[in-house]
Amino acid sequence: MKKTLVTAISMILMIAGTFPGPVAGGEKTIVIEGSTTVLPIAQIAAEEFMNNDPSAKITVRGGGSGVGITSLIEGTCDIADASRAIKDAELANAAGRGISPKAHVVAMDGIAVIVHPSNPIGHLSKKQVKDIFTGNISDWSKVGGQSGKIVVLSRDSASGTFEAFGELALHNQKVRADALMQASNQAVASTVGKTPGAIGYVGLGYITGSVKALKIEGVIPSKETVLSGKYAYSRPLFMYTNGKPQGTVKAFLDYVLSAEGQRLAEDQGFVGLK
Amino acid sequence: MRKIKESIYKWLFTITAFASLAFLVGIVIVLFKEGIPILKYIDFFPFIFGESWYPTYEPPDYGILPLIAASFWVTIGAMVICVPLGIGTALYLHELAGEKQRAVLKPTVELLAAIPSIVFGFFGMIIVAPFIQRLLNIPTGLCAFTASLVLGIMAIPAVSSIAEDALSFVPRSFKEASFALGANRWQTLTKVVIPAAGSGISTSIILGMSRIVGETMTVLMVSGGAAVIPKSFFSPVRPMTSTIAAEMGEAVMGSAHYNALFAIGLLLFLITLVINLIAEIISRKYRLKLGLNR
Repeated sequence: MKKTLVTAISMILMIAGTFPGPVAGGEKTIVIEGSTTVLPIAQIAAEEFMNNDPSAKITVRGGGSGVGITSLIEGTCDIADASRAIKDAELANAAGRGISPKAHVVAMDGIAVIVHPSNPIGHLSKKQVKDIFTGNISDWSKVGGQSGKIVVLSRDSASGTFEAFGELALHNQKVRADALMQASNQAVASTVGKTPGAIGYVGLGYITGSVKALKIEGVIPSKETVLSGKYAYSRPLFMYTNGKPQGTVKAFLDYVLSAEGQRLAEDQGFVGLK
Repeated sequence: MRKIKESIYKWLFTITAFASLAFLVGIVIVLFKEGIPILKYIDFFPFIFGESWYPTYEPPDYGILPLIAASFWVTIGAMVICVPLGIGTALYLHELAGEKQRAVLKPTVELLAAIPSIVFGFFGMIIVAPFIQRLLNIPTGLCAFTASLVLGIMAIPAVSSIAEDALSFVPRSFKEASFALGANRWQTLTKVVIPAAGSGISTSIILGMSRIVGETMTVLMVSGGAAVIPKSFFSPVRPMTSTIAAEMGEAVMGSAHYNALFAIGLLLFLITLVINLIAEIISRKYRLKLGLNR
């Protein structure tokens, strides 16, 4: 009898223990959540940071820019990764809960327009890209290629890359309704690599040997052109904190922005700030 | 002492039994609470019959007809594949297969059900879609047809195992009587066994359908994801489930987009509820008709 009770109680305690409590916790514990674009930077930086300071405990999660910012507003994470600037609605929401998100640019990302390697097209103008993605041009012959239907690939409307591309390239016009919405950068890259008539866009780090990145207005997407601002489709990547960063959060951000942290970002295919 | 022990066990199992009821009620409440507010932003008919889904633009469009149509097309296509294959498998296993074949085939079919849906999705995306694209020379292999094909294969075990159960519920005496009257194997199968198991087989089809309608990961990966009303089986589509999966991560909590996604979830829940109710009604009728008390 007693044994049963003890077992039951210990089981309940075990179950209760697996539920995540509020984050607060120890001084050196931080939770990072948000954009899957920023995720590789956050992850590798967190690993190295913990190697240097074994007492620090950093949890890194993906989920998307919106998820990260929502978590920051709800107080369930300390740093929100975002591949876009915070929205007005989110700012208002944050203010309502007494949170003041502060942006830190941690690296630059370029969005490359990619096609199948067999495609004879090597460059497009910004207007042509816009016309293709919004639906005004649907055949490759209209932009100087071999005639054939253009298969347009886009990231899901939920992704930060989608929003950044929508702003940078489409000036907030709607992506054509028949565009294939893909759930990840890899999915876009691999589908373009397997579809001769396809065009898509991915972060600079996702250009593989199986796709061809196009020049835009005569500028090739590369680290140099993104950083110098010559390349049209480049964007900053953010980490948001609640107010001015302090303690371990500050130490971590300083590390990300240090020469070593920026080198790690470059290793992940992003463009360092220095 | 023993009495206390017994009553503890009784309560423990009562709680576990009612736990799933509590989960169901909780989920239904949340679906209604978060889904219904979409009606503040858009009326019921424009929501269901609107042809344009642009939830993140200003002003947003929340028409889900393309999503409903996509789910419908993909489901119909998958049924065309899984019903003949699933029922054929069940008939073969039950009527024709010898002991040895059965011992190999039955676990194999069941193993097909054990493959995670993401693996099916991956397989569809990397292998099936490029193959279909080259084979049919269409612009892209990520389309309703490929989604139907992969989902149809996925649903075979669900259909075949329930159909086989239904066949095994047919009393042996039915078959014996048929043979005694001089009917051959084929006549017995088509005139006696299948009609007797008919409602059970219908149940298997309907449950397979409910599995297909609700499948998410695979369709997210292979259906292409274009929110337009499909003009042909070979155009990319965006079913309801994959829309929720793809967009929920970024929808601002409490926003109209968030409510719209919950409303789609509510609609999906109602569709599968109706499908399951129909299956339940059919299988009850069948048991009564045969005088079986199972």
